Amino acid sequence: MQRIYLDNSATTKIDKKVFRAMEPYLKQDFGNASSLHWFGQNAHEAITKSRQQVADFLGCNFLEVFFIDSATISDNLAIMGVVKQALRQNSGQAQKKPHIITSQIEHPAVLELVEHLEKDGQIEATYLPVNREGVVKIEDVEKAIKENTILVSIMYANNEIGVIQPIAEIAKVIKSFKLRVPSSKVLFHIDAVQGANYLDCNVDKLGVDLLTLSGHKIYGPKGIGVLYKRKGVEIEPIIFGGHQERGLMPGTENTTTIVGLGKAIQQVSSFKFQVSKIEELRNKLIDGILNSISGTSLNGSRENRLPNNANISFSGVEGESILMALDQKGVAVSTGSACASGNLDPSHVLMALGVGVERAHSSIRFTLGKYNTEKEIDYVLKILPGIIEKLRKISPLK
Amino acid sequence: MPLPYSKKVIQHFNKPHNYGKMKNPDGIGEVGNIICGDVMKLYIKVGQNKKGQDIIKDISFETFGCLAAIASSSMLTDLVKGKTLEQAISFDRKEIVEGLGSLPPIKIHCSVLAGDALIEAIHSYLTKNKKPIPQALNKRHQQLAKEKQEIKETH
Ligand code: FES
Repeated sequence: MQRIYLDNSATTKIDKKVFRAMEPYLKQDFGNASSLHWFGQNAHEAITKSRQQVADFLGCNFLEVFFIDSATISDNLAIMGVVKQALRQNSGQAQKKPHIITSQIEHPAVLELVEHLEKDGQIEATYLPVNREGVVKIEDVEKAIKENTILVSIMYANNEIGVIQPIAEIAKVIKSFKLRVPSSKVLFHIDAVQGANYLDCNVDKLGVDLLTLSGHKIYGPKGIGVLYKRKGVEIEPIIFGGHQERGLMPGTENTTTIVGLGKAIQQVSSFKFQVSKIEELRNKLIDGILNSISGTSLNGSRENRLPNNANISFSGVEGESILMALDQKGVAVSTGSACASGNLDPSHVLMALGVGVERAHSSIRFTLGKYNTEKEIDYVLKILPGIIEKLRKISPLK
Repeated sequence: MPLPYSKKVIQHFNKPHNYGKMKNPDGIGEVGNIICGDVMKLYIKVGQNKKGQDIIKDISFETFGCLAAIASSSMLTDLVKGKTLEQAISFDRKEIVEGLGSLPPIKIHCSVLAGDALIEAIHSYLTKNKKPIPQALNKRHQQLAKEKQEIKETH
């Protein structure tokens, strides 16, 4: 059966060039980058090259780039690292609890952690709402930020609905607050995992202090991410061991995946020209579905959105059953339905949009990638109406 | 979340038996899933067998739910069609899972939903026809009514 992959926000297929770049490090170039001999130095050099590739992509110094074992760990390190640093500086003084601002639609790697720290009594937290389009309001950031705020953590683009947040504008709010309140030490972290393929990630233009990237969302390997940490920003480690990554990610460097990530990020710039093609296909998919199937609606802003994302609800039909029916026809997608989530809760992102449980329940996320073709989109548009029609016949919600 | 669905489950999902709205049913059971918020409707027609006992002559379902819920509904209709009401009342919903081969643990509640829809359908038939309602059936019915209220309040 022909398999069509439309779940590129979950993970992407590894690029051939990336794979080839990685191969030697699984074979003859196996050295430990911390060893002083030839084998070790060989690996060390490869890692340095990769670090530079990431630095070029972010427009920063390569010493500001840290390879972290996954994007989740990178998010955790950024947030917990800042919190620990603040708590240490506060210790002994009668200071207010550190305050963190984040949004209601963050990835669990951020949201679960902030909620945990809050429950633990270590911090105070504000979860910014989003508007119907899925965008955080600048005024809300302005209102939330206060003297004891130590960190704002907002995602660049959302993994479920692809909606892009006004990062540079939020950075301006933070900057002007710092000018007004010189004692403020607030830092700005963004999770750019989903945005990296499509959006400008220049850290100075964005005005961020910390930034998280992932390897496997950009046609690179799994099990590797990046934390960008602006020079002068101090954070505490959260894992202890060796000196690797200057103490922030102890443990022998995984040269293979680091090299893969470097190559993948280099490829991102060269694939930028394909973005308009992806966007065209995505638009064809959205318009095709909205026009040919009744009771369908797009979740999240249409304009302020990654060019590869379509998140659509099909009224009266449950998402997991759509997903499974599509899977049997060779089409891979994902859903925000409660039935398909590990905890049987509907997607927190769709709930934050205020579309209601039922629309969350019947949502399907299609995320395109650089390998998708027009033929594939045509095929999906051909089979989808029949699938929905059949499931609607079974459904009591008409 | 990977869901290892059995072949049988997939078959029932792809070609569900006895689905769709029934015209002039003798009993309707409508239940909501307290866990994930899904909805199932079960219609029955009651007739008599040669011995004069009430039997489920016809049955059909409508389900808004996951693959497991749709497959469970289909399986249930197969299992109880033609059974006497007495047999149907004491129907053990574990039979749905057994009939399907297996269900992932997180999906067992979807088969519970199907069993409950049957309880409700029979209850509605008995009430409508002013027939005596066995105590156990009534108890479960009251529980379900309470759950329904809770679902309404949370959604
Ligand atoms: S009906 Fe929702 S999980 Fe099965």
